[in-house]
Order: sequence, then C-alpha cells, then structure tokens
Amino acid sequence: MKKEKKGAGYWALYFALPLIILAIWQWADIAGWIKPYTMPSLSAIAEVTVEYLQNGKLLENMWVSFFRVIQGFLLALVCAFTIGMAAALFRKVEIATDLIIQILRPIPPIAWIPLAILWFGIGESSKIFIIFLGAFFPIFINIVDGVKSIDHKYYELAEVYEIPEIKMIGQIVIPGALPAIMTGVRVGLGNAWVCVVAAEMIGATKGVGYMLSNGRSLSRPDMVVLGMLIVGIVGKLMDDLLRFIRAKLITWI
Amino acid sequence: MNNIVSIRNLSKQFQTKDGTVKALENISLEVEEGTIVSVIGGSGCGKSTLLRIIGGLEREYDGTVEIDGKAVTGPSREKGFIFQDHRLLPWMTVKENIRFALGKKRKKDDDWIQRYIDLVELKGFENAYPRELSGGMAQRVAIARALANQPRILLLDEPFGALDAITRIRLQEQLLEIWREEPITMILVTHDIDEAIYLGSKVVVMTPRPGQIRKVIEIELGVPRRRTGSEFARAKDELYREFFREAETPFSYTI
Repeated sequence: MKKEKKGAGYWALYFALPLIILAIWQWADIAGWIKPYTMPSLSAIAEVTVEYLQNGKLLENMWVSFFRVIQGFLLALVCAFTIGMAAALFRKVEIATDLIIQILRPIPPIAWIPLAILWFGIGESSKIFIIFLGAFFPIFINIVDGVKSIDHKYYELAEVYEIPEIKMIGQIVIPGALPAIMTGVRVGLGNAWVCVVAAEMIGATKGVGYMLSNGRSLSRPDMVVLGMLIVGIVGKLMDDLLRFIRAKLITWI
Repeated sequence: MNNIVSIRNLSKQFQTKDGTVKALENISLEVEEGTIVSVIGGSGCGKSTLLRIIGGLEREYDGTVEIDGKAVTGPSREKGFIFQDHRLLPWMTVKENIRFALGKKRKKDDDWIQRYIDLVELKGFENAYPRELSGGMAQRVAIARALANQPRILLLDEPFGALDAITRIRLQEQLLEIWREEPITMILVTHDIDEAIYLGSKVVVMTPRPGQIRKVIEIELGVPRRRTGSEFARAKDELYREFFREAETPFSYTI
C-alpha cells in the first residue's frame, strides 16, 4: 500500500465541507432564519463552550463518559476474546454458544436499560453493563470470523514443521485473525461510545449524555449541540487512535 | 546405494458424494538415496496424493510407505515439503519465516538462518515481508525454509508450476546447484515434461483413473545436465509417446 501524501490540497479539501456548513449556519443566523430556542447560533455554542471549559464541567463530563467507556470496552474485549477464541477453535463451544449469541445479538443495548437499572441500580455498574453489551458482539463476531477464515494450508505447514498446537495460536491464529480482530475492536469501541451516551441520557448525574439530557430539560439547545459535538469529536479521535494502533500492529499488509 | 523411500502396494481411495474414487492403485516405488526422482502425469493422476502420503500429510491408505525402513506416520521436519504456493506466513519476514520452521536447537541461531538465506541468494531481503517478494523469490524462501531443517528428503509438489518460464528455469538451475553441493534425496511432482527430464535421474510416469505407475524412465544426462542433446531428446520423445497415447483416451468420451 502506498501512503497518500497529505499536502495543502488534501487539507483544504478535508476541511472545505465542514467550513461551508459552518458558514451557512452563521449566515442563516445573521439573516435571522434560526430561532435561538430551536437551534443555537455559533456564537452561543462558543459561549457555552468557554463557560463549560472555565467551570471545568466540559472536561469532567468528558472524562466520566470516557472512563465508563474504557471500563465497559475492556471488559467486553477480554470476554469476547476468550469466548470468541474458544468458539472459533473448538467446534463444541461454538455449537453450545451459537443459539444464545444469535438471539442476544439483535437486541439493542438500549433495550437492556430498564433491566440493567433493576439489576444494578442507577450507579456505574448499569452503565458499564450497557457499554459491555454494545462492544461485546461486534468484537466477538469478528474474532470468530477472523479465526475461522484463516487458510487451512497454514496449519498444514505448521504440521510439517512440527509446531506444537499451543504455539500455533501465537504464530498463526492471532496474527492471521488480527485484521478482523482490529475491525471488531473499532466497531466495538464505536458502539461503546454510542451506548454510554444513551445510558447516561436515561439515568446519570454526570457525563456527556447527562449534558445532553440536562440541556433538553433546561431548554438549552446550545448545551445539547455542544454535547453532540463532543460525542462526535471524541468518537472520531478514539477511532483515529485505533487506526494508528492497527497500523503499528499490522505491518505486513 | 541404498533406498531411502520404499513404497509397496500403495492404494488410496477418496470418498466423494458420487461414490469412491480410486486415487492410487497398487503403487510400488523405490527411491535411491541422493537421487532426484520426478513424478509426472496429467491432472488427477494422483501424483500429488502420492507425494502427500510420502510426506505424511495423508494418513489413510493401504499398503506400506517407509522412509529409512520406518513407516510414515505423519509429517515431520525430516521430510521437507515444498508446496506449489510458497506458503510463507504473510505476517512474518523472510527471516522469521525460516525461524518459524526450525526446531528448538536452531531457533535462535541467526547465523544458521542467514546461511540458508544466502544459499538461495536472498541476501538483503532478510526483513522483507512476503508481499514484497516476487513469486520466484518467495518460492526460494520456501526452499530455504525446508532446507534449513536439513531434511532427509525433500518433497516438491509442482514447486515451480506457478512461475513464469524464465523464473522457472532459473529456479531449476538453482535447485540443481544446491543438490550438487549437498546431494539430498528429492521427489519432484510436476506436469512439465522438460522439468521432469532435466531434474530427475528417474522419471516416473503416472496415469489417472486409477492412479497407477505406467512406466519408469531412467535418464542419463551426465554432469552438468543439458537441456539439449540426444539423451534429452530421446527421453522427451519417449515421454511424449506415453502421454499422447494416454491423452487420446478421454477425448473419445468427453465429446
């Protein structure tokens, strides 16, 4: 793969569309087409951003949500990796877990919120549980698919060179499935971030989701839009980080 | 010289949904130590199956297959196997791919690995990934990987079949050169008549349905071997006659 050169032209094109949208937004505001109680002006968002940065609430809410996501995501990663590997390598584990996974998978994590609150209360655990559900399935499915799609010929090669089965896991199974695993991790982390916002909008006193629902109850669209922007930007940055890690890990493609 | 491979009354059947297919029937073959034996035949004649049985990759068959007087029970480093595809692990560099194949004793011996990289003339590509290599280079790494284990016998399953004609000839020369320095026993499965004659001191001709040995032709090309000359032409002529007699038979009922 050749690396695309990122010159001035690239960045101009990259930022052109967002800047045009901002310009139209600002112009619509000046022309008086948008009403402050339905859509905030850019300046109102800038003001609330400064205000939230100064009183520390912006970073605090971001950090709370981020920390929840990391806990739920890591828990999901560990579980999906262990169960996924077992299901991909041992046919009996796959058969035994297949039905339950296939039935649980289509249920949106948000649908679990009522039960999660009944089981874990409105504290941290219920949110981490929802995040876990959001991240688990994409990681699990990609691990199973990734391991099963490794060409059988590599195992035959390992047999010729008398590689013990336990070593095949480190030298063939994991590197062979790594591209798929990384895809699962990216989708999983994206889902985890979506889930934290949803969980926090329903019962929380901190976090980006709380900012959103609080802005709604206070009729402050500027707070709502700021919350949305934070969700979007942090989500993008987390995905960038994963893409960077992927490029460092998978050097052979 | 003594025989290293001894095959007696080997038969192999495959179960397919249309019933049983006889892949090999009553094969008997002896391979002398230090020689190269070519096995040639059209597709479906069971030549690859025969090689996979010798290599221990197919374990269900009737008859006896022995290497050094011991029955083959499974694959091992003793029986180096070169596949048609280079089968390098894409996530390992050239060096790591060779290291992967080595036993405990040699695993950490970088000099040893380097020796085999040099042997196949790939100095400078130690840290390249397989995707950065051409087909011929990758197959050379596969050969180095097999040789680094100092196998008793090298089994080659159409090793140059996927390469272009020029690269193929170059690799044949290189293989012969390696063999001249260290005369390791080789069994080479191929569908290329020139390759079979040029490399083999014996050419085993196989015919399909069921896979049987039709004829064994002795080749005396002398040292160094030549691709031209009367002996080459004589052997080629003999092989052509074997094949084109064979190739006419299916023609009559495929139409």
